[in-house]
Amino acid sequence: MSAPVEIPKYTKADFESDQDVRWCPGCGDYAILSTVQKALSTLPVRKENHVFVSGIGCSSRFPYYVSTYGFHTIHGRAPAIASGLKASRPDLTVWVVTGDGDALSIGGNHLIHALRRNFDLKILMFNNRIYGLTKGQYSPTSELGKKTKSTPLGSLDYPFNPLALALGAGASFVARSMDTDAKHLGDIVTTAWKHKGTSFVEIFQNCNIFNDGAFTSFTEKPVRDDKQLRVEHGQKLVFAKGTKGIVRRNDRLVVGNLGQDATLDDVLTHDATDPDPSHAFALAALDVPEFPVAMGVLRAVERPTYEEMMSEQIAQARARKPADLHKLLHAGYTWTVK
Amino acid sequence: MSITAITPSEKRRQEIPHVTIRFVGDSGDGIQLSGDQFTSATAVAGNELATLPDFPAEIRAPAGSLAGVSGFQIQFASHEVYTPGDQPDVLVCMNPAGLKTNLKLLRPGGILIVNTDAFSESNLRKVGYATNPLEDDSLADWTVHKVPLETLTLECIKDLDVPTRTGRMAKNFFALGIMYWMYNRPMDETLTYIDKRIGGKNATLGEANRRLLLAGHAYGETCEMFPVNFTVPQAKIAPGTYRNIRGNEALALGLVAAGVKSGLDVFLGAYPITPASDVLHQLSGYKEFGIRTFQAEDEIAGICSAIGASYGGALGVTLSSGPGIALKQEAMGLAHMVELPLVICNIQRGGPSTGLPTKTEQADLMQAIYGRNGEAPIPVIAAQSPSDAFMAAYEACRIATKYMTPVMLLSDGYIANGAEPWSIPRTEDLPAFSHHFQTSAEGFQPYGRDEQTLSRPWVRPGTPGLEHRIGGIEKAHLSGNISYDPQNHDFMCRMRAEKVQRVQQDIAPTVVNGDADGGDLLILGWGSTYGSITAAVQWARGSGLSVSHAHLRWLNPLPANLGEVLRRYKRVMVPEINLGQLVHLVRSKYLVDARPLNQVRGQPFSVGELVKAIKQMLEVA
Ligand SMILES: Cc1ncc(C[n+]2csc(CCOP(=O)(O)OP(=O)(O)O)c2C)c(N)n1
Ligand code: SF4
Ligand SMILES: [Mg+2]
Repeated sequence: MSAPVEIPKYTKADFESDQDVRWCPGCGDYAILSTVQKALSTLPVRKENHVFVSGIGCSSRFPYYVSTYGFHTIHGRAPAIASGLKASRPDLTVWVVTGDGDALSIGGNHLIHALRRNFDLKILMFNNRIYGLTKGQYSPTSELGKKTKSTPLGSLDYPFNPLALALGAGASFVARSMDTDAKHLGDIVTTAWKHKGTSFVEIFQNCNIFNDGAFTSFTEKPVRDDKQLRVEHGQKLVFAKGTKGIVRRNDRLVVGNLGQDATLDDVLTHDATDPDPSHAFALAALDVPEFPVAMGVLRAVERPTYEEMMSEQIAQARARKPADLHKLLHAGYTWTVK
Repeated sequence: MSITAITPSEKRRQEIPHVTIRFVGDSGDGIQLSGDQFTSATAVAGNELATLPDFPAEIRAPAGSLAGVSGFQIQFASHEVYTPGDQPDVLVCMNPAGLKTNLKLLRPGGILIVNTDAFSESNLRKVGYATNPLEDDSLADWTVHKVPLETLTLECIKDLDVPTRTGRMAKNFFALGIMYWMYNRPMDETLTYIDKRIGGKNATLGEANRRLLLAGHAYGETCEMFPVNFTVPQAKIAPGTYRNIRGNEALALGLVAAGVKSGLDVFLGAYPITPASDVLHQLSGYKEFGIRTFQAEDEIAGICSAIGASYGGALGVTLSSGPGIALKQEAMGLAHMVELPLVICNIQRGGPSTGLPTKTEQADLMQAIYGRNGEAPIPVIAAQSPSDAFMAAYEACRIATKYMTPVMLLSDGYIANGAEPWSIPRTEDLPAFSHHFQTSAEGFQPYGRDEQTLSRPWVRPGTPGLEHRIGGIEKAHLSGNISYDPQNHDFMCRMRAEKVQRVQQDIAPTVVNGDADGGDLLILGWGSTYGSITAAVQWARGSGLSVSHAHLRWLNPLPANLGEVLRRYKRVMVPEINLGQLVHLVRSKYLVDARPLNQVRGQPFSVGELVKAIKQMLEVA
């Protein structure tokens, strides 16, 4: 073990780069940037040990605005680049910033494989349910029938549920938050950082230019309490100011009205550490209008990371035999000509 | 029954300068193993040699089928050898499928040793023989030795507790014994192999194989069928310690050596593909050297993970063959743009598309040089023989690091699977290979440049005070901030190109083998055609023709003196296993009337066809 490193006292400003932020005024990305910068200033990690790797999209411009190390790569490939970085540099805190198109469309393959391998990566996926940077085509999370420039009569694609996809890929940490709730998002980002393994965080992000109001049906003040389920490990799944809860009836999740058709005892307790992902999967699938949308950490299970196991194999091989280049070159049958 | 090696009687010996032998049979007949053993024995005998395995395309083709034929060819000599030989002098054939597919290769008058036991009616029918070729006069052009290999084998080991099926499969050692007798090869190496590798696991089987090798040898000596045997005198070989090495093995070792000498951790990100996978397999076994291998989900992730590793301060390497290289193009452009070291190994195979996966071709040269979007030149280096893949890989790593650039290393199926003796270099004699990570903040500019190489600084994340952002969007000179300024883009494109051009500083000038001051014909080659061209030019010069040879190691940038060298010759010919790629480059770059010589048959050029082309070009009969 190396000596404990001294962590300077940081403020949010220490994580702001000198570059002008170029998102559209009113874009949800601003709020996320600010929340993440603030969260970074509270983490016990020296600034130079953070790396932000991103793909392509409005969201993927993120690294330019954070004053740590940053790598703006190519469309969809950030998880693969981050995996190679983490494999060779387990000492770094590696963040991946990606969009719904970047992560789930062109980069879907890399995402699922990063998740199953469990590299210690912190993946923040900004889901605005649209392609922002290319000016408004529908994305893999756009709802069926969505009218966009490329789907004037409505899209014919059934959307992905990103968390369900991540759970299906074997993700060890899956969470959801949104741009406008700085407190919640800040907590989730910090919890994602604490998790050892791939953390996948879906952040609902408003694209006020091409998909404005995509999340208002559960984020607007009047409906917020009734349409959001804030999940916390070990806590009852209650919402609507404690008047409703998620109960299981006939093997299905339903909304129970406390004091009417259900009691608090009937309400399920959230276990994010359940090795069986079906509970998290069921929560991920809850959607308006019938259900509230689950926000928070849906799943957080521990298992060894890829880079740990890789380093372990190397350490074991080194303990077994020394690295001798001369010997290696002379391996097998050799003969000498005088 | 006990058998000991008998010394062949002297009177039947005949000395020959060189011979080419081809072993063929079903993939279950142990052809590759026999070939490897014969090769070791030949190395011990002190001959020059070159070998080429010829694998079936299908992994488990039906037994005895045409698709399942496996081959192994070796040429050895008392003089220099540059190729595994054009035409076998001897064909050792285990079954009808092997005969059907390989007989046409055998030199007229050549020796055919054939396992008669496999020529059953059903086996013959399976490959479309209406009548048994061993019984009609279809083999009249050759000297045929019919050997009931399976019968002899089973007879020889009948008192051992070996299942008949297993026993039959061991017939290759009987055949090998005959060949050891016929070409006076020492058997010690193979006996040791049998005792250790086979006997170590199963003592009875070890005993069986040992007996069969010796019995085959004795059979050659005593059987009336073989009137002569041959000796090939030792070659004059440069002093040194040698081992036989395949191209893929040499390439992997070159990467390891680069890691050790530079002090950088090697990271390989790759997705399996023929004929490149062996390098992944091999490097995966060198964990004690700190080599991290990552079998990625696809070729794109392979190169991207390697870029991520290089960004972190490792030596990122990726490898593939043509189809996978096509997938990596966008990421290569990123590596060029962010100016990180990266080695991309392309073990070329027959294309386009899936093409001929197990066959060789040189048709990815244009892809290597131009295959990226935008103006994105990268250095391209090519291995010219199996053992040369070691230094080619080492140099690719050294240049990638020195100039902070992706480098494409070209090999091909012929080099990858072919083998030849390698004079093992002393580790202390390898070219110096250092690297530098910037740690000082003083005057630091992410896109500042070294005056000599124009490379930008390599900064490992985790270095305090040097935090900065890189990416694929055009960067402003020096600061590295995003820049859409047209002047800056023009400047940066030229700057990156100039940096790649400066690799010329590290490239030896073109050396001409032949008439250095000019002559009638210069043959300009690159990559795996080296052996055939060298042999053909040697022949041509031997018959008094003014023919010279220059072989390119670097395809980009080209050596500084190349244009001037080309102009010294009346004619220039460029043989390539493609439909004309290097010839296109040199014609456009130097405005010389270089002429192409092309074929894409999945095989190397034969020396014969090069000789013919030389004669045609020089208009000699
Ligand atoms: C290989 C490649 N294909 C297409 C594009 C064009 N492109 C850039 S971003 C993008 C979609 C981005 O959508 P998303 O990931 O949701 O990010 P957002 O802009 O919405 O944040 C596309 C199609 C590209 N840059 N590269
Ligand atoms: S297009 Fe949408 S996502 Fe992109 S910056 Fe503008 S508002 Fe934000
Ligand atoms: Mg989007």
